Amino acid sequence: MNIIVYIKQTFDTEAKIVLDGSGKIDANGVNLIINPYDEFAVEEGIKLKEKLGGEVTVVSIGGAKAQEAIRTALAMGADKGVLISDPALENADEWANAEVLAKAIAKMPCDIVIAGRIAIDDGASQIGVRLAEILNVPSISSILKLDVTGTHVTATREIDGGTETIEAELPLVLTAQKGLNEPRYPSVAGIMKAKKKPIQTLTLADLGLSAGDLAPKMSVQKYTLPDARKAGQKIPGDVATAAHELARLLREEAKIL
Amino acid sequence: MAKGILIIVEQRNLEIRKVSLELLSQGRKIADETGEPLVAVIVGNGIEGLAQTVTASGADKVILIEDAKLADYTTGAYTSVLNKLIRKEEPQAVLMGNTAIGKDLAPRLAQRLGVGLASDCTGMETDASSFLVFKRPIYAGKAFEYLTSNVRPILATIRPNTFKVTDPDAARKSEIVKEAADIDAGDLRAILKEVAIAASSRPDLTEANIIVSGGRGMGGPENYVILEALADVVGAAVGASRAAVDSGWKEHKFQVGQTGKTVAPTLYIACGISGAIQHLAGMGSSKFIVAINKDPEANIFNVADYGIVGDLFEVVPVLTEEFKKLVK
Repeated sequence: MNIIVYIKQTFDTEAKIVLDGSGKIDANGVNLIINPYDEFAVEEGIKLKEKLGGEVTVVSIGGAKAQEAIRTALAMGADKGVLISDPALENADEWANAEVLAKAIAKMPCDIVIAGRIAIDDGASQIGVRLAEILNVPSISSILKLDVTGTHVTATREIDGGTETIEAELPLVLTAQKGLNEPRYPSVAGIMKAKKKPIQTLTLADLGLSAGDLAPKMSVQKYTLPDARKAGQKIPGDVATAAHELARLLREEAKIL
Repeated sequence: MAKGILIIVEQRNLEIRKVSLELLSQGRKIADETGEPLVAVIVGNGIEGLAQTVTASGADKVILIEDAKLADYTTGAYTSVLNKLIRKEEPQAVLMGNTAIGKDLAPRLAQRLGVGLASDCTGMETDASSFLVFKRPIYAGKAFEYLTSNVRPILATIRPNTFKVTDPDAARKSEIVKEAADIDAGDLRAILKEVAIAASSRPDLTEANIIVSGGRGMGGPENYVILEALADVVGAAVGASRAAVDSGWKEHKFQVGQTGKTVAPTLYIACGISGAIQHLAGMGSSKFIVAINKDPEANIFNVADYGIVGDLFEVVPVLTEEFKKLVK
């Protein structure tokens, strides 16, 4: 089975966001990680390989640093990596990234693509589903449970207030929700092995694309930071007094209850 | 020439979702401001009776796409019929709720239409040059971006609770149109087998007006009953921090924060939650925050409007009784 996992390198969840001199998100000094939801995708890909045999290829779009994220996935147990890296992709929107990714994946043997359901940086949650559309295959998003038997796929996905179970045939695209599995930590042996695993780097030209093919559909006007919240009041007194006063403040000052 | 604002109205078991009413209310305002018509589309089976509600909520035109195959949401069939409709109607903008359906449908529809998508927006303003500007949280609310679309139609999903529902006007009239549902086998490659909705009397986290949330300080899953008792007095949802979810006390669907849900209720009551940066990102835009924590130095007090330093197991039951007196 040819399993492709799409991952993205993101800021660490600990990262504090600041804007640089030109009003853009400042990446200086920020620790980078694999997008947490993509770890579930990597884990599920490796589990599928362990059950059904085959190969896990990790694909990412990003700068040279994204190699580290791919290397981590290889240390977990993926077999090889592909990094699509091109300066022209720096301001690419979701449409452009999906088009680029599809171009790369169309050239690979592929039975199943797994991605995280959302990236914690842009929060857009679009690439996996867009990719399925370009590849003209079904997609099941935000999955919590997966079974692949032969070419038959059964997946349970999260919906508002519950779950639903969907069946489809390979090939298809899945996006992983937290709860699907527990991602493994790379072992020391895994980390050593990962150093020898191949990572191929592709540019837009390698994919037969040029910057002109990818004129963005969306534009960012500006970035802002939320207004800093101020610490309010700690309500003094014993439990009964404080609780009574809190209820009063919520009703009379905040006008909620 | 692109014309009109199209709202994709979401229904579940023939009940219109609140976020759709929010979008119709705000869509009506934009329609009046810009002189564009407000068009609503409802997809499903046996949905005719919903046209009246949608009209009263502000639509100038209601399009019904009905078919037995559309009774339940599936990505393929819904994308197919909506793609055809949008190509025919040529609206300026298409808006839907950032619900489970919206999150799944909107990217597929955007790609089939060859357009961009502003997902999970928490603000929308009219703009002379780009028609609409969308505000959306990034880094789970640690920053915001303002997006415009360079192409038409503009597509966006809007987070529930972003806009207020205005009072319906039963006297409003609209043009009601039925469109044929043209679905082929290729649209039905993924088949819905089973839907399991968890029985809960409490609102969904993302739609709730009040959230009572518990963290590491809860000490164990059995103790959430005291938060549930407080929640039920005021019709609140119950949430959890990542620490509580990772300890296995609550399912992930209850998690608030950067790797969970981002929420913005009117009131967020944080119990036994220290206030890690990832948690603050997920609830920092709540209108009022209350913190109950034993540790007076807990970071959550730095963002809370009201705090009580104390043992939540003592404070919460007393607060529940106080709330009961108020809402009686």
